[in-house]
Amino acid sequence: MSDPAQTIAPAKPLRPRTTNLKLWVAIGTLLTFIVIAAGSRLLQIDPGPIDTSLIYAPPSAAHWLGFDDAGRDVVRLLIIGSWPSVIVGLCAAAVAVLIGGTIGLVAGYSRGWLDLILLRITDYFIVVPALPLAMVITAIWGADLWRMIVVIGILLWATTARVVRAQVKSGRERVYVQRAKALGAGPVHIIIHHILPQVLPLISTTGALAVALAILTQAALEFFGLGGADVLSWGTMIRFAFQRDALLNDAWWVIVPPGLCICTVITACYWLSQCLESAINPRLHTTDLRVRSFSRRLTPGDQP
Amino acid sequence: MRRWRLPPPSPKPPSSMTRFSYLARKIGIVAFGIFATITLNFFLFRVLPGDAVASMARVPGGSAELKATLLAEFGLDKPLMAQYGDYLYQLMRGNLGVSYSSLRPVTEDVIKAVGNTVPMTLLGITIAVLVGISTGVLAAYKHGTATDTVITNVATIVYSAPTQWIAIMLVLAFSAYLPASGASDPFSFETEFWPLFVDRLRHIVLPSLTLATACFGQYTLVTRSSVLATLGEDYVGAAKAMGFPAGRILFSYAIPNALIPIVTLIALSMGTIMGGSVVIETVFSWPGIGRAMYEAITDRNYPLLQGALLVITVSVIVFNLLADIINMKIDPRIVE
Repeated sequence: MSDPAQTIAPAKPLRPRTTNLKLWVAIGTLLTFIVIAAGSRLLQIDPGPIDTSLIYAPPSAAHWLGFDDAGRDVVRLLIIGSWPSVIVGLCAAAVAVLIGGTIGLVAGYSRGWLDLILLRITDYFIVVPALPLAMVITAIWGADLWRMIVVIGILLWATTARVVRAQVKSGRERVYVQRAKALGAGPVHIIIHHILPQVLPLISTTGALAVALAILTQAALEFFGLGGADVLSWGTMIRFAFQRDALLNDAWWVIVPPGLCICTVITACYWLSQCLESAINPRLHTTDLRVRSFSRRLTPGDQP
Repeated sequence: MRRWRLPPPSPKPPSSMTRFSYLARKIGIVAFGIFATITLNFFLFRVLPGDAVASMARVPGGSAELKATLLAEFGLDKPLMAQYGDYLYQLMRGNLGVSYSSLRPVTEDVIKAVGNTVPMTLLGITIAVLVGISTGVLAAYKHGTATDTVITNVATIVYSAPTQWIAIMLVLAFSAYLPASGASDPFSFETEFWPLFVDRLRHIVLPSLTLATACFGQYTLVTRSSVLATLGEDYVGAAKAMGFPAGRILFSYAIPNALIPIVTLIALSMGTIMGGSVVIETVFSWPGIGRAMYEAITDRNYPLLQGALLVITVSVIVFNLLADIINMKIDPRIVE
């Protein structure tokens, strides 16, 4: 199936028009940041020399966002800092979705003790506070980008596992799955051909959420100085601005932009997830306290 | 043409036996969770490369005898499982070890820190829940209008901001009017109750406000979708058909039934809240459990770090049990 959202939710005219706008804004924002991150990596942009005469120099026409505590251009730092956030966000979310998807599939498809054990483990990881645990693990294990991806990934898989498990559990009871089974289809065939297509759209929504959570967790870890020594990212920019008295110097231009960048990316992830969810579950729009009129306004191009 | 179905027979109130076994099962799961936490907490600090003595004995001229003495003194020469048994035994007696930096029992330090964390987080959660539920209900009631769009998007955007950044932004905005560091004025000579109370209150505002700002967004979104879902139920349609006013439908039918996912969410968000309070306490130098954790990490103070993580995790697990009990009160059908 090429576009799961389309095949599941054909009721297009009922959907508010803002959904599509939101979706495109979210995708556009995420793509822009990914391109900037990849570009900064490919072009090998460096933070520039340390210049003590420019410490916390305010914004000017040539340097839109001024200079940081080492006299380096903030715009340039923002561009370089996008790489760790984007790469950790995407990779940690991939790790989380992979672990969560596998565990959810296995738990949902198998009944009995295996399901029960996996469910308990999942519940445990849903409840456990991720950030303090991640802090302890990175504090003891040491930190660099790849370890951070692993640590965040293994702490954020539980939500995906739970959602997938529930969907698989109801999916395997559907009549056509039962029929395939009666015709002699093995579990692998059923999972790949019948269960996965039901689960994939759900995974896309929890995946977008996982990207957001991974980036926020990474920024928090970096705020505590647990992001690795030589990593330069939005999270470390906030850390250094806080630690090196940007507030006392009224240097808002050091501290506001990295937070806004994180905020923008995360919002885009949430919007993407919301749009995917409402595409999967069109019933979310139909409940209403007002008097409902069922006359559909037709737009050109719609089938009457 | 819609067919009208008969309503399902009203469920029998569950007997006290089912409620008891439901509770017993939940408590069993919580006990398992706490045991898993303790075990994880022990092995996390043991499997890692290099023990505490390895770094302590790295003094110039430190001999092999010194290392052996230190190992024996800390019990690190015993087999791992014996150490685990020692850990469990000491934990049972409330002994979490000795903090490297303050040289006092970790238990004392942790209890003192929790005493500071509780009022700050409680105030923050209360504000967040009040704001979240009221905006969420408003958005659901005004579903599809500009109010709904504004509330939903503001909630999403604010919820997207990193907690440490929100904290710094609030400091930037309010540091002229409110203290932004510590839990009380260290230079104050006040001894009377009211000035002391006002001083504490002024200190608690910014940290609690940060926590509330950081987490009200998810309450708004979940309340909105939960109320929307109940507004689509048949009994709401029936009430509408009978001509009940919208306010009565909302407050007597929709909101009480929408509460269950909200209570569950508040409990599940405790983990995030504890993570957020670690960040907030670090920014505002609030002498709570989160700041203790941060300082333990920078000082390599492993006993305190281990104790703080244990207390944070166990308290979150217990909070979830509490939510299960509250949900059982709200909706007795849950036990079946």
